[in-house]
Amino acid sequence: MSRIRELAVEATGISKSFGAVEVLRGLSLTVEAATVFALLGPNGAGKTTMINILCTLLRPDAGTARVAGHDVVAERSLVRRRIALTGQYAAVDTLQTGEENLVMMGKLCRLGRAESRRRAAALLEQFDLLDARRRTVKTYSGGMRRRLDLAASLVGHPSVIFLDEPTTGLDPRSRQEMWGVIRDLAGSGVTVFLTTQYLEEADQLADRIAVIDGGRLVADGTPEQLKGRIAGRRLDLTLADATAYAAAVRHLGAQAIQHEPSTHRLGVAADGSAGQIRRILEDLHEHDIDVETLTQHSASLEEAFLSLTGQRPASRPADGNAEHGAADRSAGTDRDKETANV
Amino acid sequence: MSELLTPTGPAAAAHPGSAPTARHSGPFWAVSDSLTMVARSLRLSIRNPDALVTAIALPVMLMLLFVYLFGGAIQTGTAYVNYVVPGVILLCTSFGASMTAMSVCQDMVDGIIDRFRSMDIASFAVLTGHVAATVVRNVVSTSLVIVVALLIGFRPNATVGEWVAVIGLLALFVLAMAWLSATVGLIAKTPEAASGFTFFVMFLPYVSSAFVPVETMPSWLHGFAENQPVTPIIETLRGLLLGTPIGNNGWLALGWCLGILAVFFLAATALFRRQTTR
Repeated sequence: MSRIRELAVEATGISKSFGAVEVLRGLSLTVEAATVFALLGPNGAGKTTMINILCTLLRPDAGTARVAGHDVVAERSLVRRRIALTGQYAAVDTLQTGEENLVMMGKLCRLGRAESRRRAAALLEQFDLLDARRRTVKTYSGGMRRRLDLAASLVGHPSVIFLDEPTTGLDPRSRQEMWGVIRDLAGSGVTVFLTTQYLEEADQLADRIAVIDGGRLVADGTPEQLKGRIAGRRLDLTLADATAYAAAVRHLGAQAIQHEPSTHRLGVAADGSAGQIRRILEDLHEHDIDVETLTQHSASLEEAFLSLTGQRPASRPADGNAEHGAADRSAGTDRDKETANV
Repeated sequence: MSELLTPTGPAAAAHPGSAPTARHSGPFWAVSDSLTMVARSLRLSIRNPDALVTAIALPVMLMLLFVYLFGGAIQTGTAYVNYVVPGVILLCTSFGASMTAMSVCQDMVDGIIDRFRSMDIASFAVLTGHVAATVVRNVVSTSLVIVVALLIGFRPNATVGEWVAVIGLLALFVLAMAWLSATVGLIAKTPEAASGFTFFVMFLPYVSSAFVPVETMPSWLHGFAENQPVTPIIETLRGLLLGTPIGNNGWLALGWCLGILAVFFLAATALFRRQTTR
């Protein structure tokens, strides 16, 4: 790394059990300030538990975490002054109006009465809720409630904002709006830490993604790195025998991203161009490594998720790629393969 | 790994701080947070007309029912309206209790408690807010009962000192019931369950000397009716308001109220702490 940026979140070896159930097992992650970070995983992966630990609501059994420069256990108050949490369910009073909710949050953030009102008015405008400000939240649509919920988290000018599954349960249009709001937030210099079950959402919003499953980190990187590493396009080379396989493994080194010794098959990261395939094949040929067949594989985002977590990501009926979700596992991994003899 | 360093916004140093504009001490903010929460709880009560009407209008209606429909058949040695008013006042508290339990439970099951906990505030203020709102609701409902009672013939002969004692004892009873309800709200898994649980509290005044003299009940009920907390409180209120003998009921009433208040204040505090620090 060329230079060190301020870290908004720095968690090391976080473990947490509830009774006999180990929810987090030594999870470590870092988030740079003023970026959007997505914690991606299937239901029950430990996402909410991790967010609750970082928001000081839960104490980790082991490990340490610093948020906005402060320890989440020893300096709880200091962390709480710098963060905001928006949980899975809109945490606003349905019997208060939008304006009353925000003014109340302002007072609790110790802004004082006048400043609370100013801040509420500004946020109502920013989140397109001015017309609805005098109505009780009971009358709001799901998308409006989420926007108010997010506005409520921003009242105290947090530097790190945690969003636990911000679009779960929203219709596609409200989800698009929510994405826009999150992008705007990121643009304002706030660090956004969100969890999601949807790879598509992480891909759309995040600068970096960490994939967790069973309380462990299974992959992390930029969306492009993740897709390139796990999915994207891959050239699967089937070698003639175990000797050729071993030689190819030695020769290709880090280029090989998937190893299947039992079938002598080796997956190589590829960009899909004919030139690259030719170069790889010529290279191996020059070193007397026999390739029997090759298949080009272009996996979908969902397959990336599947290969990381062994589970299919949640799919919404409204999604354009709903048929991906409907396809069963074997069909999903074999799709898009073209076989050519060499 | 150049993608590692892709900021999307201005440097983190530019973050606006959330430091309060004015510097005050911890106790100042604890009081300030509590007042904010009291205002919140009161606003939530007003916006829940069904529960509010139940808590405020039902005691008055029951009083009219008792006085005009049953009162004629009940011999109490005094005008029935005089006999029944202390009991109706306690009914107000019981009806109000269910609203407190529901609100506390609602806050605990909703995400809002997690939001408050993730802020640098005394989250216990959520409970004190509900308890204080309960007291305010009771002041309203009790005053209404007394005004209507006076209109239909209630003639207390209490002195100023006795009125002060009445208000003091009622305040203690309301507080005790409010913390009991808060405890119920913390134990219950759903607001509906919390509401159902307070039915028991609502029922207590009926099996006491509130509406009929205990002697007129079947003998197997005497033991319970005479020794449950509501009876000495009723007898004390009656004595203060109408000059009937109080005996040792005053001390019993005070003891019950203080005891219930202490037990359930501690219970609610402990439960809240356990549920909010994991």
